[in-house]
Amino acid sequence: MAQLIEFSNKGLYVPPADIYIDPWKPVNKAIITHAHADHSRYGMNHYLAHEDSANVMRLRLGDIHLSTLKYGESFVQNGVKFSLHPAGHIPGSAQVRVAYKGEVWVAGGDYNTEPDVRICAPFEYVPCHTFITESTFALPVFKWQKPETVFTAIKNHHAQNKAAGKITFLFAYSLGKAQRIMAGLSGETDVFHTHGAVHNVNEALRKQGLDLPPDIRITRDTKPADLSGKIVIAPPSAAGSTWIKRFKPRSTAFVSGWMRLRGTRRRRNVDNGFILSDHADWDGLNKAVQATGAERLFVTHGYTGVYAQYWRDRGLDAREVVTDYTGDEGSESENEEKA
Amino acid sequence: MKHFTRLFTQLDATTKTNERIEALRIYFDSASPSDKIWTIALFSGNRPKKPVNSKQLRQWAAELAQLPLWLFEETYHVVGDLAETMSLIVPENTAKNDVSLSTVMCELVELRSKSDDEKRHYVTKRWSEFNSNERFVFNKLLTGGFRMGVSRKLTVKGLSLHTGIDENTLSHRLMGNPDPLTTTFEKLILSPDDDENLSRPYPFYLAYPLEEEIGLLGKPADWSAEYKWDGIRGQMIARGGRIYLWSRGEELVTDRYPEFEGLENLLPEGVVIDGEILAFAAGKPLDFAKLQKRIGRKKAGKKLLKEVPVVLMCYDILEYEGRDLRSEPFAVRRKLLEKIVTDCDSSQLLLSPVIPFEAWSELKPLRENARTLKTEGLMIKHQNGVYKTGRKRGEWWKWKADPYTADAVMIYAQRGHGRRANLYSDYTFAVWKGDDLVPFAKAYSGLTDKEMKQVDRFVKQNTLEKFGPVRSVNPEMVFEIAFEGIVESNRHKSGIAVRFPRIKRIRHDKEPKEADTLERLKNLIRVKA
Repeated sequence: MAQLIEFSNKGLYVPPADIYIDPWKPVNKAIITHAHADHSRYGMNHYLAHEDSANVMRLRLGDIHLSTLKYGESFVQNGVKFSLHPAGHIPGSAQVRVAYKGEVWVAGGDYNTEPDVRICAPFEYVPCHTFITESTFALPVFKWQKPETVFTAIKNHHAQNKAAGKITFLFAYSLGKAQRIMAGLSGETDVFHTHGAVHNVNEALRKQGLDLPPDIRITRDTKPADLSGKIVIAPPSAAGSTWIKRFKPRSTAFVSGWMRLRGTRRRRNVDNGFILSDHADWDGLNKAVQATGAERLFVTHGYTGVYAQYWRDRGLDAREVVTDYTGDEGSESENEEKA
Repeated sequence: MKHFTRLFTQLDATTKTNERIEALRIYFDSASPSDKIWTIALFSGNRPKKPVNSKQLRQWAAELAQLPLWLFEETYHVVGDLAETMSLIVPENTAKNDVSLSTVMCELVELRSKSDDEKRHYVTKRWSEFNSNERFVFNKLLTGGFRMGVSRKLTVKGLSLHTGIDENTLSHRLMGNPDPLTTTFEKLILSPDDDENLSRPYPFYLAYPLEEEIGLLGKPADWSAEYKWDGIRGQMIARGGRIYLWSRGEELVTDRYPEFEGLENLLPEGVVIDGEILAFAAGKPLDFAKLQKRIGRKKAGKKLLKEVPVVLMCYDILEYEGRDLRSEPFAVRRKLLEKIVTDCDSSQLLLSPVIPFEAWSELKPLRENARTLKTEGLMIKHQNGVYKTGRKRGEWWKWKADPYTADAVMIYAQRGHGRRANLYSDYTFAVWKGDDLVPFAKAYSGLTDKEMKQVDRFVKQNTLEKFGPVRSVNPEMVFEIAFEGIVESNRHKSGIAVRFPRIKRIRHDKEPKEADTLERLKNLIRVKA
């Protein structure tokens, strides 16, 4: 029998409904798991996503034809039933459940089993026959600390910088990680200072109804002295850019799951690294795969080969799938921005 | 271990020299004498032999984490550091325990002779007691790969702030790989008894590469020129009726070179000579490749001794009649050296000839020709220069002959280690033999971070096959490879071996078919001979 979801050269394709999930080439109808750029791309005639993704998608893709669903809400197309379920990755991120003639598939998109519930809905374990899982951090060395522990460390770091009159720069992906940091550090400062890319996303999410601590956009007129002892959140691309040069004295830190590895920490050449990810860690991935009860597993973007082999050894029909979501196993240049 | 781990974490977190020295000072100020001496030894690259082989360690770590060994290996390839992989993969501890660095080091020394079961029990027990940072440091001690960018120089600076003793004195006291099991901080650093240290060498003075125009050095008359010998640096000590030969790696290598036996009777008492241990026969130096056969060999056989005889090519004297001469001008030391070596009249001690010259222009053709004499180039030393400690600018210059170069095609790439973990940073290069590409060199240095990222992307997009951490790639990228020497070799598929290959630049302007041929490289050997 043909697969309910095919891995075509345009994206994940559901033939009986003629719908794609996170396509990377222009198609007619696309369901988007979340608003990160490698999953939510230009050029689709019709988009469908979770309602919390709408504002950010419009911010990034412009005037698109977009319909939205709530979590748990479903629709049927040519006998195929589609519904969205919380993925815990970023605000509005969803797993896509696809049911047809008694067979259930779930495309996990990017997911995190332990999210900050102030930012996004808790991850839902959706039973299915076939699960499509990401594998960004699918190696047993990736184990996350409790977020409280990480935030305590960031607070101490900030206190030290403040005492030394330094600006605390935290580099984090502008959609998802930045908001998680603001929620986790709320109370630590009256107001956050943000790079324009982060500020725009914050505004879009606030309009969507997300309750975020206040932030001020850094502009040409911002004086370095205004930021002394403050926390600045900026995207990773700001590290080492001309934008950051005039803000001195400063202390820089990366906030990313990749900071778990000493090599990536050192290569980044920042003063500090804090391990906080919007992806599931090794245990989180395993728990998710197990809880779906799936017999068949497709592994996308990340350590695909290793993770598929791990589950084959444990009796699942597990295969590695090539997608366009990121370069390749751990090509951090792209990956780490979202991690 | 908490104390030492904190030092490690601080050193690891900053690249600023002053902050690192300060971290060392703070550590030394509060550490126990026995921890201090072990720390000095470890940072000097002097550590006990590996007590456990790494295959066993991998197995124990995988079992403790309840993971199959293949998964451990795959993970290790990604992380790029065995000690780190093990420390991250082992389940988090519950027990809290602190033991001192010196206790752990003594345990590791004893562990070597224990049974496999005892070793396993010990290692897994310690793993379960440490947090992941401590575990990482512990694993580094276990696997012996203890490098954290703390040079001897940095250690000495921190130690100098701690003790108030000047850096040169400390550098000298630390020479010769002192053993923490037999000495103490008091005896080694604070109040050394010189009679106990007859074999102790002086810190080597290292030359800086000359990159500017040689004329900028000033008046030729102020300088002295010699050939740069292609052997290994050595320091010969004659004290207490014995001789000791040290390599630059501060290894005592006297027994490896029986050629020097008997010199204790020819050299006057209290003499220290700096020179080059050189393979030499029939009045001429031999290829470095020949000397290499001797370097690793603890005891050379008769045949090898005959095939690769060794001399000391002497170029400086550091001690005479037990007196430290290092603050005398070079010209004075050189005169004395000439007298000692001549008086000694041994075929094992040769005097590195001074090359007379009146104008800088006279040296240029000699440098270009240096390879034909199996030397690496020229050394330029200031007549008034004192003998300094370590690599210092200004008075000793090495002026090497230009390296050989070849254009070659990248055919394999491998993930790097440490800072380059997860980046394809180690490459294999090939040249043409007819229609085939034959690998001839591996290189992993010479690219900027930006270029390395560019090559990394190319590798990931042009992979043909994967073998563990290695990938074969489309033979499309051409690189200019520089290397110092080339010899025939039947151990390599190409039939040649090159010395110190590194990447000079990426040749975006060249097509793979324009790369060099094996024939051309083999010709270099012929021309050289």
